[in-house]
Amino acid sequence: MATVFQSPGTATALSSNSFDSTKLLVPSRRSLSERKASFFCVRSEMKPTPIARRADNLVVNAVATKADSSASSTASKPGHELLLFEALREGLEEEMDRDPTVCVMGEDVGHYGGSYKVTRGLAEKYGDLRVLDTPIAENSFTGMGIGAAMTGLRPIVEGMNMGFLLLAFNQISNNCGMLHYTSGGQFKIPIVIRGPGGVGRQLGAEHSQRLESYFQSIPGIQMVACSTPYNAKGLMKAAIRSENPVILFEHVLLYNLKERIPDEEYICNLEEAEMVRPGEHITILTYSRMRYHVMQAAKTLVNKGYDPEVIDIRSLKPFDLYTIGNSVKKTHRVLIVEECMRTGGIGASLTSAINENFHDYLDAPIVCLSSQDVPTPYAGTLEEWTVVQPAQIVTAVEQFCQ
Amino acid sequence: MSFSATTKFAQPVVPLNTSATPRSNDNPSLFFKTSSFLGSTHKLRFNPLPSKAHHRRSAAVVAVSDVVKEKKRQASTNLLITKEEGLEVYEDMYLGRAFEDMCAQMYYRGKMFGFVHLYNGQEAVSTGFIKLLKQKDCVVSTYRDHVHALSKGVPARAVMSELFGKSTGCCRGQGGSMHMFSKEHNLLGGFAFIGEGIPVATGAAFSAKYRREVLKEANADDVTLAFFGDGTCNNGQFFECLNMAALWKLPIVFVVENNLWAIGMSHLRATSDPEIWKKGPAFGMPGVHVDGMDVLKVREVAKEAIARARRGEGPTLVECETYRFRGHSLADPDELRDPAEKARYAARDPITALKKYLVENKLANEQELKAVEKKIDELVEEAVEFADASPHPPRSQLLENVFADPKGFGIGPDGRYRCEDPKFTEGTAQV
Repeated sequence: MATVFQSPGTATALSSNSFDSTKLLVPSRRSLSERKASFFCVRSEMKPTPIARRADNLVVNAVATKADSSASSTASKPGHELLLFEALREGLEEEMDRDPTVCVMGEDVGHYGGSYKVTRGLAEKYGDLRVLDTPIAENSFTGMGIGAAMTGLRPIVEGMNMGFLLLAFNQISNNCGMLHYTSGGQFKIPIVIRGPGGVGRQLGAEHSQRLESYFQSIPGIQMVACSTPYNAKGLMKAAIRSENPVILFEHVLLYNLKERIPDEEYICNLEEAEMVRPGEHITILTYSRMRYHVMQAAKTLVNKGYDPEVIDIRSLKPFDLYTIGNSVKKTHRVLIVEECMRTGGIGASLTSAINENFHDYLDAPIVCLSSQDVPTPYAGTLEEWTVVQPAQIVTAVEQFCQ
Repeated sequence: MSFSATTKFAQPVVPLNTSATPRSNDNPSLFFKTSSFLGSTHKLRFNPLPSKAHHRRSAAVVAVSDVVKEKKRQASTNLLITKEEGLEVYEDMYLGRAFEDMCAQMYYRGKMFGFVHLYNGQEAVSTGFIKLLKQKDCVVSTYRDHVHALSKGVPARAVMSELFGKSTGCCRGQGGSMHMFSKEHNLLGGFAFIGEGIPVATGAAFSAKYRREVLKEANADDVTLAFFGDGTCNNGQFFECLNMAALWKLPIVFVVENNLWAIGMSHLRATSDPEIWKKGPAFGMPGVHVDGMDVLKVREVAKEAIARARRGEGPTLVECETYRFRGHSLADPDELRDPAEKARYAARDPITALKKYLVENKLANEQELKAVEKKIDELVEEAVEFADASPHPPRSQLLENVFADPKGFGIGPDGRYRCEDPKFTEGTAQV
């Protein structure tokens, strides 16, 4: 099974009825976490056991490789290969099959099949009301999704581009985040707001926005960012099943990533981070597209003799301070690589959270590599210089580990 | 589909259900017996004829008593309301007024704080519409929501406790004056920003349609009412939702409480075309103008609009011409409005008008009405006592309802979910 990245991640099973976590027998450099008899072996990726594991050690796994994944020998089924947008669609379709109150609303999600093909074919299968093509009125159809969620449906609102959700900020902040609280717990809002964001290929400033930094202060919402087909499907399913409002951040450039994912049903835990590559020298925290820049840099670093530990934080709000903390306690150095702007970004919050909680374990101040505080220019060369590139990551690690 | 509001009360109205595929076997025609409106005077059709521009607020006001007399002359055996309904309506309006007056008192005594917006003068709209609803129907309101909550059935003591910020309030003290919610009574809020609730109402209506058509629930004919003011009618969310509601024929009624003033901004100074009802046909739904100081007229219009929505024929925009006797909120000195204007509308007080109607038409006598008033006064007093005696929310309530699933607070450094931390349930955890 050829996975792009083996992620001994921390995807775990949550809901009672579906399935269990996966356990993998993979040769590893460190001690394995406990194995539980109750779960079944699914795929090449090692996942630690679910909720109970929090009291125990993290599972650590084989080195992430780009090419093959031969290490994972005991996978019971080979799984199937697909692209990230197909994985999202699969997750969506499975949830729509499972629960008839799950519906999709957004611009061009129905007949057009979604501008990134995530909802292709769904309107034919489920009808125009379950996969609703909305007029171009983000604020109102997001509010409509919230009203529908309050009255018993489970809508998924798609922003054609995350940037368009700026128009829906009123509804997301005031209603989505706050309604459960101001109603004294009477109404829940099990809505999922998703869409592609991030810097693409010369899309211009307004289509290259990273809204995670703007939304992170809103109380009452959860934010997750997917980065691989495996976690895209898992997070999509978990977000739909969650009773909380969840914002799922996808990335425009990652939609065509290919990976082999299990045939069995699985979901990823919304609050957990994913261990991409265990290491000893330095902890690199990242998410979404920057994960790939980091892994590219990691190859170079490994050749130079460094051993970075790479964690895909996945949960942007709330942060998985357990996984992150364990890593900090081990390596004592933290580098954050993100695509957000430097000012007020996820990295800034994460820096502050780590400083507050793990200050004693740090040997050096946290370094945060973020995008420049610049509206993304159109020109390719300029655009390249606004985001963090693998060479910068390598330099930063080398400086850190001197 | 045309919605008619004609001055000639003796004239039967054009049958309303002209849609190609009527969805019910109900008799589609409606005989409109209401008489002169103080506003638009022409028949409203799907494609409206050019306006005769009779809409002049400063024009001579037809006194309520004249209107009542006309109604009487018309068809004495065909009153608009029965005795039970009349008493129910009177009681509800009086409750709204007594409650709001008590709120003002309590505010000035320091029992409640913040922004409190009172509904005095507008009771006819709330009662006229909401008393026709079933419990499963939804109501969405704005910050001026106390009376909508009371009309929908939320107990006065729950509303008063909420205003006092006590944990026995309908939102556990967490919402306050501007955020009244009730799942039991399907009151979906209470929104502080204007226009914010309209998409939520559209969503609730969408939900009903979804349940009927996708989930095939036969009796999912819930109607949603969205109440909002004249200021909101210049807001984008209003127009976007009119479009979507008409597009998908959602079971919703948009009720505009046009009280002419958005704090200190006169509607005429803020709006290019002040006739809000005209904006309905622009989106493909009937737009109706009604005298919002007369509960019986509002009720007649509401009946048809709600029935239309329930039959699946789509939304209606109803503009109720009304007036708030007090300022925008208890903090508003209300110096800008002309005292003569206030006096004119005070003479059209909906409660006094209804009382007169009931008495003159022998539907109720003075004692019965006095008994109703006494009962309500006692109810409101009891609500205040209850609220006073209720406890303040404890610290443990602080973090409780932020998430429906408290795992959303995440995993703490010790590996446990924060919500499992005992400090969390005490309300002292840092999240």
